[in-house]
Amino acid sequence: MDGRRPGLNRLPRPFVAGLAAVPVVFVAVFYLWPVATLVGHGVDADALHHVLTSRRTWDVVWFTTWQAVASTVLTLAIGIIPAHVISRFRFPGRRLLIGTLTAVFVLPTVVVGAAVLAVLPGSLERGVVAILAAHVVFNLAVVVRVVGATWEQLPADMEAAAATLGASPAAVLRTVTLPILRPAIATAAAIVFLFTFTSFGVVRVLGTATSTTIEVEVWRRATQLGDTAAAAVLSMLQLLVLGAVVWSSAVAHRRHGRALALRSHSAPPRPRGPGQRRYVAGAAIATAAVVVVPLVALVERSLRTRDGYSLNAWRRLGRSEVRPGIQLGVDPLEALVNSMRTAAWATAIAVVIGALAALAIVAAGAAGRFLDAGLALPLGTSAVTIGFGLLITFDDGWYDWRASWWLVPVGQALVAVPFVVRSTLGVLRSIEPDLVHAAATLGASPVRAWREVVLPHLWRPLAVAAGLAAAIALGEFGATSFLSRRGNETLPIAIERLLGRTGGTLQSQGFALAAILAAATVAIVVFLDVAGAPRRGGSSTDPVRITTGTRSPEDG
Amino acid sequence: MTRDVRTRLLAAVIGLCVIAVACGDDADDRVVLVAYDSLPVEDTTLNDALAAFTERTGIDVEIVTAGDTGTMVSKAVLTAGNPEGDVMWGVDNTFLSRAVEGEVFEPYAPQGIEALDPSLVATAPDDMVVPVDVGDVCVNYDVAWFAEHQLDPPTTLDDLLRPEYADLLVVENPATSSPGLAFVLATIAEYGEDGWLDYWRALDANGVEVVDGWNEAYYERFSWAGGGPKPLVVSYGSSPPAEVIFADPPVDAAPTGVMDDTCFRQIEYAGILRGTPRRAAAELLVDFLVSADFQRELPLNLFVYPANGDVELPPEFVEYAVIPEQPRTVDPDDIDAHRAEWIDQWTAAVLG
Repeated sequence: MDGRRPGLNRLPRPFVAGLAAVPVVFVAVFYLWPVATLVGHGVDADALHHVLTSRRTWDVVWFTTWQAVASTVLTLAIGIIPAHVISRFRFPGRRLLIGTLTAVFVLPTVVVGAAVLAVLPGSLERGVVAILAAHVVFNLAVVVRVVGATWEQLPADMEAAAATLGASPAAVLRTVTLPILRPAIATAAAIVFLFTFTSFGVVRVLGTATSTTIEVEVWRRATQLGDTAAAAVLSMLQLLVLGAVVWSSAVAHRRHGRALALRSHSAPPRPRGPGQRRYVAGAAIATAAVVVVPLVALVERSLRTRDGYSLNAWRRLGRSEVRPGIQLGVDPLEALVNSMRTAAWATAIAVVIGALAALAIVAAGAAGRFLDAGLALPLGTSAVTIGFGLLITFDDGWYDWRASWWLVPVGQALVAVPFVVRSTLGVLRSIEPDLVHAAATLGASPVRAWREVVLPHLWRPLAVAAGLAAAIALGEFGATSFLSRRGNETLPIAIERLLGRTGGTLQSQGFALAAILAAATVAIVVFLDVAGAPRRGGSSTDPVRITTGTRSPEDG
Repeated sequence: MTRDVRTRLLAAVIGLCVIAVACGDDADDRVVLVAYDSLPVEDTTLNDALAAFTERTGIDVEIVTAGDTGTMVSKAVLTAGNPEGDVMWGVDNTFLSRAVEGEVFEPYAPQGIEALDPSLVATAPDDMVVPVDVGDVCVNYDVAWFAEHQLDPPTTLDDLLRPEYADLLVVENPATSSPGLAFVLATIAEYGEDGWLDYWRALDANGVEVVDGWNEAYYERFSWAGGGPKPLVVSYGSSPPAEVIFADPPVDAAPTGVMDDTCFRQIEYAGILRGTPRRAAAELLVDFLVSADFQRELPLNLFVYPANGDVELPPEFVEYAVIPEQPRTVDPDDIDAHRAEWIDQWTAAVLG
């Protein structure tokens, strides 16, 4: 059941166009125009020559690429066993483990960076090792859920059949399991590569001058060196690389991806025998440790001072004094209030635009695919590109909106809208068109029938989407790094600045703020899970599924 | 939760947010001063002088800081025409051309400009900015640390390359910090455009530490003022007298010394930011910043010499300050033409 059924298409054209107008204008003004400006800035012969011939550029590109590849390989290697254990066995604490992995996935990048900073010893605190560690912690959920989703559906009977035909466990793995899992592994790898290639928050907190990615270099050139042309060139370079990766993965997917109608008919078994039990327990505990230990270290570091543990950093959260009279330039509590306010506005904007867009996509039928693709564009660009584009576009004349209070929420909303659309689209597409027909036979006009039947289905997924958008907006760091002005800094910005002061109360304050942000995000995720239980044909409330675009057996 | 309750809750939240946003103040009787982060925002005599200004004119002065000079100037260029404040304090001769090219300022010649040293005023182009203080950026050393380790402190730039001084120096990043850039320019003046990179590579091999700003270098990494591990730091020629004045318990001799072979002359400026909605208040503030009432607080708070010739220096300053005979300078046109390139080359050589 999809939106191409004629029933919903009977809506009058102007109505559908009206629905689509707002999201289209929003994306055109706040995304397409800035990207065009960015390209215009970058296509400057001087800047192009300077950037492309500079050794540092290629050093940065090389580092970005190889750390993304290394992160992907590491995450896959570390994640494959938890994926197996979680999807093939039933054990106490399984749901809690899944929930923990999901919660860590939704955490802001700055918080994960802070957590890894807290857990690593001094010499490894910043640099490649720290960056890879943070990437693994972050993206474990992707590998476990994406690969696990397919593995879950693999009927045990297939493997059993292969075994009765004489295959050893290794051969079973090679000939039956891996070929079926390959598309899922490829999807997970592509997603993790994309996330780690465009990693910004983690690298800002944990990177050094020699281990920096393209995104951070764009930021550094634009805001620290004032070299916007070179920053624009680097942005375009990154867009090209990202485009190539996305395109090649889409091609590979189309060529090799098979829609396997697998359905496992039995629930996953409990582990049998001491060997299996030890294996499952060990894997579960190790996985939990990988994601929980950094968070515990975060809280511990916020309490640690030169002479024992104290609540000093927490008590002094309102002051960011370096020495008497000298301030750090950011007020942590003010940043907290700013974050909440900005996130509230960003959520409101994202929910409204996303809802209208989802309704328009479903109502427009075939033409809706263009709108869907267009709205997914900001998802493919990085948040840094969005923020940078907004900064250099709206800086003159009647559209000089740099100082407007709404520019930061708009930037955050741009990042969140695709997720809102994704999570509501599933529900809308699964509405029985016969209901609309029934309303029509009872005398309702097309618009009225649509309103009475479709709209009530919207509220629950919208509430879930609002929660996800709030979590994204709270932790958003890339776009905000460009757009924030003195007085409206958000929490991630304050955290990053505090964490940069090695040792001492200021850094402990940074850890304390990161713990607060983590708690707020986790609370939102838990609320999502509790408030929006999946129903038949309902949307998934799982942020990992929404973000990675995978579907589970329960989705329609 | 029923749909009804949820809708009402959502509306209430949105309503609260609207109120919260709408209640932001937009008082016109204030002026915002953008400065580097080592300008104190409260509790010092500098702030008392600003409070006196507020009492006299009724205009509140709000100080806004975020990082060292390089970061401040970059932000100003990005927000030119729609600035974050009304007056900028602290752009120096090493970063001035970037700010002027970025059209950051509006011209204004303040009342009382006659009291300023005319040679300094001549360095400010077209009344865009007005000089407010002068200093020398030099490497400072911790007297007690060298005595304890029975080492003679280094005296020349070449000395810093010697193995006995390995891993002892902390410098600031020239991209973000004006003393950092001033020190790099000093090495360019000394070794020329062909030799300075080799000097830095050798310095890097000898374990130099790089941080982002002067605040961090002096108050966190320097062994005397910050309790850190490094007894050598790029700071100001007037840091030693400040250490004497603030010493508790009092001392007879300066606890830090200056390597005057490493000094570079730095002039700092203030100017009105282009596009400010509070031009009249900004003019009054700039007038105050060059007046004797404010300039006399500069030596003890910012460790620099006031540009206003009418101000008498504190006696400790005269006694303990090291005024180098021949501080190095680099032609402002050269700085303008090559600064970005030099910073890039430095980054590649030292941080790359």
